Amino acid sequence: MGAATDLVWHAESSLAAFDAVVLPGGFAHGDYLRTGAIAALSPIMAAVAGMAQAGRPVLGICNGFQVLCEAGLLPGALIANRDLAFICRSIEVAVVDSGSMLTAGLEPGEVLRLPLNSYEGNYVDPSEIGRVVLSYREDPNGSQNAAAAIANAAGNVVGIMPHPERASAEWLGSVDGNRLLDSFLKAAAA
Amino acid sequence: MTLDQEELSEETAPTLHGQLGLTNDEYQRIVGMLDREPRPAELAMFSVMWSEHCSYKSSRAHLGRFPTEAPWVVVGPGENAGVVDIGDGWLVAIRIESHNHPSFVEPFQGAATGVGGIIRDIFTMGARPIALWDSLRFGPQDQPHNRYLFRGVVSGIASYGNAVGVPTVGGEVAFAEHYSSNPLVNVMCLGLLRAEDLVLATTGRPGNRAVLLGAATGRDGIGGASVLASASFDEVAARKRPSVQVGDPFLEKKLIEACLELYERDLVIGIQDLGAGGLSCAISEPTSRAGTGIDVDLDRVHTRESGMTAPELLMSESQERMLAFVEPALVDDVLAVAARWEIDASEIGTVTESSEVRVVAGGEPVAQLPATALTLDAPRYDRPLGAPSWMEDLWSNTVHFVQPPDIAGSVLQLLAEPELGSKARIFEQYDHMLFLNTVVGPGHDATLLRVKGTQKGLAVSTDGDGRLCYLDPLRGGSRLVWEAALNVALLGAEPMAVVDNLNFGNPEKPDVMWQFREVVEGIAQACEFLGIPVVGGNVSFYNETSGLDIYPTPVIGMLGLIEELLLPPPRLDRAEEGMAIWIVGTDWAVNLAGSVFEKVTFGHVGGRPSAPDPTMGRAVLGTARRLAAAGAPVLHDISSGGLAIALAEICIASGVGADISYNDWRHLFSEDPHRFLVVAPESVEANDLAQDEGAPIQRLGSMGGAELRLGRFTLDVDAMSDVFNSNFA
Repeated sequence: MGAATDLVWHAESSLAAFDAVVLPGGFAHGDYLRTGAIAALSPIMAAVAGMAQAGRPVLGICNGFQVLCEAGLLPGALIANRDLAFICRSIEVAVVDSGSMLTAGLEPGEVLRLPLNSYEGNYVDPSEIGRVVLSYREDPNGSQNAAAAIANAAGNVVGIMPHPERASAEWLGSVDGNRLLDSFLKAAAA
Repeated sequence: MTLDQEELSEETAPTLHGQLGLTNDEYQRIVGMLDREPRPAELAMFSVMWSEHCSYKSSRAHLGRFPTEAPWVVVGPGENAGVVDIGDGWLVAIRIESHNHPSFVEPFQGAATGVGGIIRDIFTMGARPIALWDSLRFGPQDQPHNRYLFRGVVSGIASYGNAVGVPTVGGEVAFAEHYSSNPLVNVMCLGLLRAEDLVLATTGRPGNRAVLLGAATGRDGIGGASVLASASFDEVAARKRPSVQVGDPFLEKKLIEACLELYERDLVIGIQDLGAGGLSCAISEPTSRAGTGIDVDLDRVHTRESGMTAPELLMSESQERMLAFVEPALVDDVLAVAARWEIDASEIGTVTESSEVRVVAGGEPVAQLPATALTLDAPRYDRPLGAPSWMEDLWSNTVHFVQPPDIAGSVLQLLAEPELGSKARIFEQYDHMLFLNTVVGPGHDATLLRVKGTQKGLAVSTDGDGRLCYLDPLRGGSRLVWEAALNVALLGAEPMAVVDNLNFGNPEKPDVMWQFREVVEGIAQACEFLGIPVVGGNVSFYNETSGLDIYPTPVIGMLGLIEELLLPPPRLDRAEEGMAIWIVGTDWAVNLAGSVFEKVTFGHVGGRPSAPDPTMGRAVLGTARRLAAAGAPVLHDISSGGLAIALAEICIASGVGADISYNDWRHLFSEDPHRFLVVAPESVEANDLAQDEGAPIQRLGSMGGAELRLGRFTLDVDAMSDVFNSNFA
């Protein structure tokens, strides 16, 4: 998408060279103990917290979302899907709130098609503090308020359970993810 | 080591070698080779290396029948994986392997470690593993224990495959009583590498060091190859659970990345994964191949628990371990790479000129053997074989229909069969999108992967059929290869290489050995007609429990290459109102022997399936490729369930009806080979293309409406969809 990117090793401690950070999907530390729990203690997470505090865009996708919750940068937690099975399929989400860096370029009510690929995708937030910015049109996993993406109060930290980067070409079945990533890159450039 | 005395059969009870799975004759052969009694550690090594699983002692006499050479073959059978050249400096590594017995004993870990093992076989060759397939067989799902096995296996594959980060992009599953006490779990993995990064399992020169990378060695999986994989089962199977290994997908992920870094930086000469046979195999096979020897100090092996004996260390099948052969000056660099990826590593041995495997523990020698004694000099058996007396009866046992069945009712009944219904509830538990290479994913005849950075595509399928091979192993084996070739051709690919997983019963029974030889012959014949090599395979014998053998069940993995990927490719969901429907291949097929139709509607398995026809087969393959290149939106193989089910699947996937006519109702359900459906606008010159290739083609009807009309019978597409999609609910 034209932005300059680099991978940062978990044991490093500085993100001073960057405008924005993405915590990607995956299975950091094998999801052992509790998904995201060990990764949240990585040395680099102090710098991620620093960027969040400074108002820079911080995006967690899937496992990255789980890490942001474990690190306390987003409220709530992600637990096992309602049906206790991994879900890998394309789903639809609706924009609920345009007031986050990820959804700034979209109108509330717009529908996006994105792949969902997770076992612990069931969002719970007893505090009800998290701002739901995207919601599932048909709840696949039991998430509270059908939340598919959550933002902090300032809107610069967002966790999203579906994968926008997997909806980035016609042959993949959808290009809707590019619209979210466009918003992220605009915020990063600001 | 100790083994439960109650597990032992009478003839082997008194001896240690019997407990380890060696026969008295084999023991005498060892004594003869060494000219002395073997020491315990040596006996342990022999027991795993001479097991059926590691030595292929019953099958090797027949496997030589396979064609294995072609200009594009870089590495054929015998290494950890087959490797073929797809051009532009890219190679593909591919391998299939079974984990049947462990999955019966402990379905979750058995299947999970099967995935881990096959992935290691691929990155051992220097390749990045990019995709997995599974071919599964279980007993009927109305029995609770079969459901437990099925769910455990699927969860194990999902758990390990998703976490290790290799997408599971396809596969197949079927159910029959014969697999009730003996499920089949075959896993195939494909990897990509640059030609210059190819690594082989060799020691290199004397003086090189052996560095053990990865998991600490524990007591898990001791005797996996010998006690578990190479023996039949009975009611005490559950007590073999300690012989099943436990997987750690995150460690495997780190091991993949560490090894790929070692290859990229040219830090290793050769590498061997530790799978079946554990350390015994990893030290003897590379030395045997290189004509070298090795000195190993077991005290330097990093272990999970203290007090492990030399035989235990040599036999352990602890997962996620690799043995790298490294020049002395580079050992520190290798250890540094391991440290960065947070994996344990220890230098455990030195390559020698002696041609001997010498092992010390606690400062004392515990084993000293010629390397080839464990590998090339393992026993080979030309086991007796003979056509079963019941084959003639089976062939003449056909169904005589006095009147046509209720066609619409039969279609719904077939769609409700687990074998034919939607597999979405399985494959949605697997991440099949990872790496974004998956152009056509699970739920189609074959998988289509793009090769990033090139115009190329890889079409890959797995096909197995136990019922067909039970009814005629020669024709069945051959037809599977033809079917797999057609599946990749329907995506526009040229078939390029085959890997096979041969699952059979007890090879000590002449019936089973005959089935084995016939299937091998069938596969070989089809490969010869097609001009494609077998680049690797796996044999799993002793798939019998309490005397009941499984159906002879070969699984064919087919790799096809597309030089220039055309997007979008043919897919089942691209049919539209008004498109024409053709059948390519014989449109008058009436043979129902072995069909799902006969099994489901009459509970009948009998008769003789039709033979493949190489001339027809080639013409049909050519037509398939030409139609794919011409942009035909839907191309679909006619196989399980026949023409009616193939068309129903298109209607369900595309959400549109169809209207076709037929002459004989058996045309709808016959599973004869070399046939496929084309759905395309009239503007696609299907007739011309087929005639050009010499393949019969017949216009059947058109897409349209909300119903599937088969002559005077009508099925609502939504109703079919509900039945189809309720599979495994």
